[in-house]
Amino acid sequence: MNKFKSMNSNTMLLLITVALFIVMYAGGCIAYGSKGFTHLQTFLNILITNSGLICVACGLTVVMLTAGIDISVGSLVAMDCMMLAVGMKSGIGAVQMCLLVLLVGVVFGMVQGFLIGYLEIQPFIVTMAGMFFGRGMTAVICTDQVSITQDINAAFYSWANAKVVLPFGGYVNNKGKYMAPFVRVEVIIALIVLILIFLMLRYTRFGRALYAIGGSEQSAAMMGLNVKQTKMKAYMLSSVLTSIGGICYCLNTMAGSVQQATGLEMDAISSAVIGGTLLTGGVGNVLGTFVGVLINGTISSIVKTNGKLASSWPNILTAALLFVFIVIQSLFAAMRTKKK
Amino acid sequence: MEDNIVLTARGINMTFPGVKALENVDFTLRRGEIHALMGENGAGKSTLIKCLTGINDFESGEIHIEGVEGPVKNHSTRDAQNVGISTVYQEVNLCPNLSVAENLFIGREPLTAIKTVDRNSYNKRSQKIMDDLGISVDVTQNLENYSLAIQQMVAIARAVDMECKVLILDEPTSSLDDEEVEKLFRLMRMLRDKGVGIIFVTHFLEQVYEVCDRITVLRNGTLVGEYPIADLPRVKLVAAMMGKDLDDLASIKGETKDLSHAPLEISARGLAHTGTVKPFDLDIHKGEVIGIGGLLGSGRSELARSIYGADKANVGTLKVKDQEVQIHQPIDAMNLGMGMLPDDRKAEGIIADLTVRENIILALQAKTGTFKKLSRQKQNEIADRYIDLLSIKTPTAETLVKQLSGGNQQKCILARWLATDPDFLILDEPTRGIDIGTKTEIQKLILELAEQGKSILFISSEIMEMVRTCNRMVIMRDGEKVGEVGGDITEQKVMHAIAGGES
Repeated sequence: MNKFKSMNSNTMLLLITVALFIVMYAGGCIAYGSKGFTHLQTFLNILITNSGLICVACGLTVVMLTAGIDISVGSLVAMDCMMLAVGMKSGIGAVQMCLLVLLVGVVFGMVQGFLIGYLEIQPFIVTMAGMFFGRGMTAVICTDQVSITQDINAAFYSWANAKVVLPFGGYVNNKGKYMAPFVRVEVIIALIVLILIFLMLRYTRFGRALYAIGGSEQSAAMMGLNVKQTKMKAYMLSSVLTSIGGICYCLNTMAGSVQQATGLEMDAISSAVIGGTLLTGGVGNVLGTFVGVLINGTISSIVKTNGKLASSWPNILTAALLFVFIVIQSLFAAMRTKKK
Repeated sequence: MEDNIVLTARGINMTFPGVKALENVDFTLRRGEIHALMGENGAGKSTLIKCLTGINDFESGEIHIEGVEGPVKNHSTRDAQNVGISTVYQEVNLCPNLSVAENLFIGREPLTAIKTVDRNSYNKRSQKIMDDLGISVDVTQNLENYSLAIQQMVAIARAVDMECKVLILDEPTSSLDDEEVEKLFRLMRMLRDKGVGIIFVTHFLEQVYEVCDRITVLRNGTLVGEYPIADLPRVKLVAAMMGKDLDDLASIKGETKDLSHAPLEISARGLAHTGTVKPFDLDIHKGEVIGIGGLLGSGRSELARSIYGADKANVGTLKVKDQEVQIHQPIDAMNLGMGMLPDDRKAEGIIADLTVRENIILALQAKTGTFKKLSRQKQNEIADRYIDLLSIKTPTAETLVKQLSGGNQQKCILARWLATDPDFLILDEPTRGIDIGTKTEIQKLILELAEQGKSILFISSEIMEMVRTCNRMVIMRDGEKVGEVGGDITEQKVMHAIAGGES
């Protein structure tokens, strides 16, 4: 059997997403080449700004594979950032605070996962409660914006400002100075998360069980899989990844505030959907989600580089893209039914 | 005790609220036999199977399995699988989005040294399993790319590979065509020869006599008896299931009347739905029962759907009572006095979470319009009339439909269409999956309706049913109407027509 024949529609969707990203980015390069869009650093900046979102969207992909949803992630990120800022301001060490944030993620996910997996409550309802709780707790911790400065925590400050310089792709700016391309620590974290989740989904029993549950929950149970436990673990994983994402997000913004990361859950969901994950479960993978994040990032970046477009344009473009992708997905689904 | 017994159940009792589902039932399965479990709907077949597979917790009695010490009590499908009982259901319980190999191995994948799943290993093993069973598939392809029959066999392969001693097949042939059934039987015989004990639940009597070695008959939750197949000819089996001598099925049809001079109810000329049915001509007279014969997938349902507007016909003309009409969607057809009982009653017909009354008045309400609500009193009246008329076995009209047995659900949908008082009724597989007694009732009802002057288009996979009830039969092959059989219809004639007169 040749490679093309064995390629299924899911791979097709991923390829379309990748192609779209390339076209869009190339378009940006042509239109705004003079404004520096062609520099490698532009791409790296997309990664830096969206490192938190990459982690969160990976978590969302995991629960969406089980045909679930987790809309608590945005509030959880806000709560994480606020905890980090307030905690460090009161003198607790950066490492301790990060561990605490992760622990909160575990507990938060465990509660949500238990309600969804074992008590079989709708994921939307449970995580909506989680969303209100997270946002509320953020305000309970502190209602003001708290910035993390060098005086507050030198270690965290140094992580946030560490540059990981790449040995290639630099350019000489108009003052004649060589600008070496760099990424931040949070990008490395996000990419490690991405690779681990990719491998986990593809090569572990737990990963395959997620796909099975999304394909048919009843069948998965009939085939002897522990559906309840697997679902609970999926939501725990989502919250833990969100907490890692929260740390990345905080390294980027260096502040905690009640209004932070509002709507992040929707960005994550749209990234996953554009990346080929079906809301009905069982189809998708994190590489697609990653490309979905990049597409969203590219849109914002183009709008920012243009400088004249209103900041609401990214939303409209994302809406248009989502629409196109949903149509393509249902076309593929229709084709598949017809084949039968 | 014989020493080749793999499973014995003794004195199983099981009660559901208000119903004694099983009463002191015994069942014995030997190694290397195909054992039919027969009974009408509600006889307790499914309940017994669910007791064996751990879905139901039976109240008293004992189950023993070869090689397991002491009585076995399963609490989940998983427990049952661990003691060697695997079940394959009518609806395939596999994951369509995973590959065939993954479906065979999910949850028990071989692992590599670093605890990751070993794809290569299970792909190879799966290919070998499928090759050994003589099923030609590429195991790396997604399951959804294969036909229902193949999917069913994958489910069986999974069960077999889990080293089951007892394989339960619950209505596995309902959605398969003849050729696929034959393949399944070949597989069953192969497994039997390997020493697997197979419990086969089916409604098709022919199939029982084709593959089974032994029959256990249940009736109303009690055991009627266990018989070697040779000791229980078909008539006796039916009698045992029904608890009475069969009011000879063949005799329900009176003299075939010639209705070709009766007024035309439906007249189609060159009607077609591109992709499913090729252009066909069809005349149906008032009071006629027309059958559609053909293999599964030959376009039987599609022909009916193109008349009813479920698949909008894109060429040709349709006349109803000599008036040319345009049917764009089913509601148009309903307003012209048509009704259609779809073949997939779970997906298109019954609404399980509504009551019997609500299900019955549904179509009538749709016809009168959403904003002209039928009064509750009127609804009750209609519901009671049809519950009575069709003898639907339900505690009250307010019982949820999902609590009724399959046959009674089917009657509810039938009642729904009768309530709209149609002149032309399409019945697509009205007797699928229901017991023989109810089948006979439905066939009688069809004849009665025709007697009242209604025209009926009747589709069934069982040719004999149509032979017994129809005035004429339309023969379909590959989406094309290839002929009609009229006059004195016999099974041979129909078979010849379907086969294309080659034999």
